[in-house]
Amino acid sequence: MLTILAYLVVGIFVVGFTQRILLYARSPAPLKIPTTPAPTTTAGVVWRLFTEVVFFNSLFKGDKWAWLGGYLFHGALLLVLIRHLRYFVEPLPPFFAHVQIAGVVAGVAMVGGLGLLLLRRLLIDRVRHVSSPSDYLWLLLLLGIGFSGLVMQFFLRPDIVHIKGAMMGMWSSSQSLPLLTLGDVVFLAHLCMVAVLIVLFPFSKLMHAGGIFFSPTRNQVDNPREKRHVNPWAAGQHTKESTHG
Amino acid sequence: MADYSAPEIQDDIHVPAVQVGSMAHLKPYPAMEKHMLPLGFPEARLADWQEKGIAKLGEMLKKYRSLQVHLDICVKCGACTDKCHYFLGTQDANNMPVQRADLMRSVYRRYFTTAGKLFPGLVGAKDFDEEMLQQWVTYFHQCSQCRRCSVFCPYGIDTAEVTMAAREIMDAIGVGHKYSTEIISKVHEVGNNLGIPKPALQGTLAFLESDMLENTGHEVRLPLDEAGAEVLLVAPSADFFSEPHIQSLMGYAKVFHQAGIRYTISSVAAEAANFGMFIGSFEQKQKIAKRIREEAEALNVKRIVVGECGHAWRVAYSFWNTLNGPFDFLDPRYPVPQHICEFTYDLLQRGALHMDKEANDGYVVTMHDSCNVARASRMGEHAGGQFEIPRALIRASCHHFVEMDPDTTHERTFCCGGGGGTLTDELMELRIKGAMPRVTALKQVMKRDKVNFMALICAICKAQFSKVLPMYHIPMETVGGVHQLVSNAIQLGVNKGVV
Repeated sequence: MLTILAYLVVGIFVVGFTQRILLYARSPAPLKIPTTPAPTTTAGVVWRLFTEVVFFNSLFKGDKWAWLGGYLFHGALLLVLIRHLRYFVEPLPPFFAHVQIAGVVAGVAMVGGLGLLLLRRLLIDRVRHVSSPSDYLWLLLLLGIGFSGLVMQFFLRPDIVHIKGAMMGMWSSSQSLPLLTLGDVVFLAHLCMVAVLIVLFPFSKLMHAGGIFFSPTRNQVDNPREKRHVNPWAAGQHTKESTHG
Repeated sequence: MADYSAPEIQDDIHVPAVQVGSMAHLKPYPAMEKHMLPLGFPEARLADWQEKGIAKLGEMLKKYRSLQVHLDICVKCGACTDKCHYFLGTQDANNMPVQRADLMRSVYRRYFTTAGKLFPGLVGAKDFDEEMLQQWVTYFHQCSQCRRCSVFCPYGIDTAEVTMAAREIMDAIGVGHKYSTEIISKVHEVGNNLGIPKPALQGTLAFLESDMLENTGHEVRLPLDEAGAEVLLVAPSADFFSEPHIQSLMGYAKVFHQAGIRYTISSVAAEAANFGMFIGSFEQKQKIAKRIREEAEALNVKRIVVGECGHAWRVAYSFWNTLNGPFDFLDPRYPVPQHICEFTYDLLQRGALHMDKEANDGYVVTMHDSCNVARASRMGEHAGGQFEIPRALIRASCHHFVEMDPDTTHERTFCCGGGGGTLTDELMELRIKGAMPRVTALKQVMKRDKVNFMALICAICKAQFSKVLPMYHIPMETVGGVHQLVSNAIQLGVNKGVV
């Protein structure tokens, strides 16, 4: 049963995310609109996007606190996800043993980064003004995931075998209700929150993860004079000089 | 004119506290029937404007990847909230870029996303109702499409794209803006934004020629409609009639004269400006730009050079090739189009011009980067040439040049406050307040370095600053074109011609 749920969650994510990305990819870009100064070559654009995705370049220019909170969170999340691979990969390559500690530290950093982002949202009047309930709920959901993870790491080790047994018992027959320990409950909460996040991902602002690669102001080459950019839906366009962008 | 009070200029640009609705009262004049109809827009607001507006938004989403992506992926990080000159000057919450875009994003969510259809309150989705439309009219005309916000956005979300789409949607339901639609109508009727007929243009050019002859002793020409010239010069029409624009026009003329390159102005295409961009209409942009291509062909020129005009340069540089290209009938050895600054810079590099910097010794000069040049186009072969080339011309023309606060120049430059279709009297309060960041940075160098001239390359900036700087107790003569400095410094008659 849990397996089916897991497949369903991942399935919704994969289909939803792919649909969204296809929508972005298929939407036409009628004009050249890179925010300049912009790279004049494709290699330059790849580098520009790399610096945006890996260093949050523009955000660093724009808002140091948002950058710090966002960078802590995203960087730590990456490490935490790598650490989590040990739950899915068998046998575990030795590399994962090394990131074990880093992953635990990252868990703390992730919650710290999220806390910073939440504080910013609450304390800066401009950011508070532009926030809708969902913006807070996302942060709270991620904080919940991070906190429950840390609680399991440091205080209440869940017993996976026991949980599995209990869950199977719950679904299979009308046996007496199996007892879950506190650690088990935290684990299930952790799992449920992650499932909610994955399911809602494609329908939310979390799509910035894929969308950034399709933002014309960032992914276009600044060469409109050198190479004719064609608008696919304009009347009277000589499409034979078609270019990409 | 009504009594406007300019904000007090502080020692530095401070981010103000948010106020809700402090600019809600300021709306543009509605478009007139006679200006809407020729552009193919309904003459008045449609009875079924809600449905039509939502349908138009759906159409725009399918036509513009920028809109689809930028409406989807904003995370409300707030990095843009203190970047807009209109927010800094007015404090109005809806002048924070993310809030402005959210006026459309909330409607998009309501009708085009699952979350917004199911849980509108949770995700900030709103109906496209009368109140929302009024906010669109107000705040999508308090954006100058300067793209400063897009520089700092982690995803490059460009409010200009959203504003343009909003204006196109409003035009489609018969809720247009008088200023832009009237000007576009004039372009189609007469050939230029100011509605200058050919005899008037001829008279002005002849007058300026005799003026230059008197002042320099040289027969510097301003030729009109001369077929077979090497270059078609397309300047903003303000260059023919307004101060300080005319000073730059004479500068261009002297450069052509000294280089010995035959050029011509066209009475049919005596306008580089393209307000089709301000109203977001691809079709209008294309139509307005088309007459320039047709004139270049009719006059059988080999090159097109564009005068000092910010948004015109964006349209020319970034869009012409797409709108009406390819321009394969022109000389492929030169970029199409070429900016007058690139043209003059090239001649300087080749030693064809001689400059007497002492002619500008009365000036301590700084440079205001115009938004559309800085953030939406390029000059020269390398990224950032749009900053270096005009500065190279200034340095070649004067001894004293200083930069303003780097947070207010290059791609971080602040809009003059009058761009993107806001250069109209009914929006004067917005224009004054929106100029505050630039004026603050200017006053800093006026105090520190005794700056008394701010050079720039945009007709709208020139018009806006000439009007607004005096309200901040800065003489209007403080602002002028880069080619005004060139005009003062260029030595006529020395080693004439291209080497």
